[in-house]
Amino acid sequence: MRKVLQRTVAAMALGSIASIAMAQDDGADLVINGEIEITVRAPAPAHMGDTGIDTILSGWVFRSDETRQLEMDDFDNPAFLAVDQGIEAWNTVEGTEGKSCATCHGDVEESMAGVRAVYPRWNEEAGEVRTLAGQINDCRTNQMGADAYAYDKSDMTAMEALISVQSRGMPVNVAIDGPAADAWAQGQELYYTRFGQLELSCANCHEENYGNYIRADHLSQGQINGFPTYRLKNAGLVQTHNRFRGCIRDTRAETFAVGSPEFVALELYVASRGNGLSVEGPSVRP
Amino acid sequence: MADNVTPRIRVPREAAAGEVIEIKTLISHQMESGQRRDGDGNIIPRSIINRFVCDFNGETVIDVTLEPAISTNPYFEFTATVPESGTFTFTWYDDDGSVYTDTKEITVS
Repeated sequence: MRKVLQRTVAAMALGSIASIAMAQDDGADLVINGEIEITVRAPAPAHMGDTGIDTILSGWVFRSDETRQLEMDDFDNPAFLAVDQGIEAWNTVEGTEGKSCATCHGDVEESMAGVRAVYPRWNEEAGEVRTLAGQINDCRTNQMGADAYAYDKSDMTAMEALISVQSRGMPVNVAIDGPAADAWAQGQELYYTRFGQLELSCANCHEENYGNYIRADHLSQGQINGFPTYRLKNAGLVQTHNRFRGCIRDTRAETFAVGSPEFVALELYVASRGNGLSVEGPSVRP
Repeated sequence: MADNVTPRIRVPREAAAGEVIEIKTLISHQMESGQRRDGDGNIIPRSIINRFVCDFNGETVIDVTLEPAISTNPYFEFTATVPESGTFTFTWYDDDGSVYTDTKEITVS
């Protein structure tokens, strides 16, 4: 009797291991509100030829059914509280110039369509690669005469969420050649640099071990097409650099600051690894 | 005082008489439990939505008491049977005395 019981337990354990191994890509498709089709798996861009990854996957693919569902309907997606705040901020006049975002950019749905898909991008006038957050703050300080938003706080993530929504379903397409090539190469260098006491690079987890467990969670490919992302554990939106900082901190390293040139370069590189996936932000993750 | 409290509601615009419809509501609220302490060790005072009520043409559909363990941005999903056209009224009661109200019309054919 005892032996039988042990065998049953062993069989159950094996069963659960098998289901863990399969819990990677089940081929499910993401359609938001029953109409916006999101590309969650795509052929890897050409520059990823040496990485051993031939299909790039949105982080959505790695999540549980419950978390996935929250993103399939904007009413269930808590990030839309922030989008509503973003709309309000878009139309609010701030700063010494008496302008709102809408003064120059008009209707957000028209003017911001496709914007999120190409950021970070080279800014010729400033002679630097700019993230969406960097561009928002440039507008605020130089065009509106208003205070810059804190780089990774809720005012910024709400505005980023509002702008991202206008590009949902469009393919990520950041430029990595021309003047952006130097920053991209720096970002690539950072991606493969081991940091911290644990001596982990981005690639150790997100290139070599995606789909495997890290503690109680599946590692994703570390795609940022869904940012800003609503994390259930934070009950709030998380900014890309915030996530970078969290990852590097978890390697027990001193991290770079949000908005730093290092993180801007890394964001460009990581975004380029998602060229071909849809803009998905604001997404929902555990 | 809670900041940025905004209700969101989804009710179908139309329904058949006697049809069971699905209603979803969410209100942005920090739902501070009263159990946490700030950086100086002082208790952060409780500040939650403590009651949620939904009425249809004056008749109570649901009346909920909320407790401090309910997380940020409380979300309710429930069903109702609509016998006739009318108005759903949704009311949230805040610890600080604020009352947030919103309404949705539904046409029954």
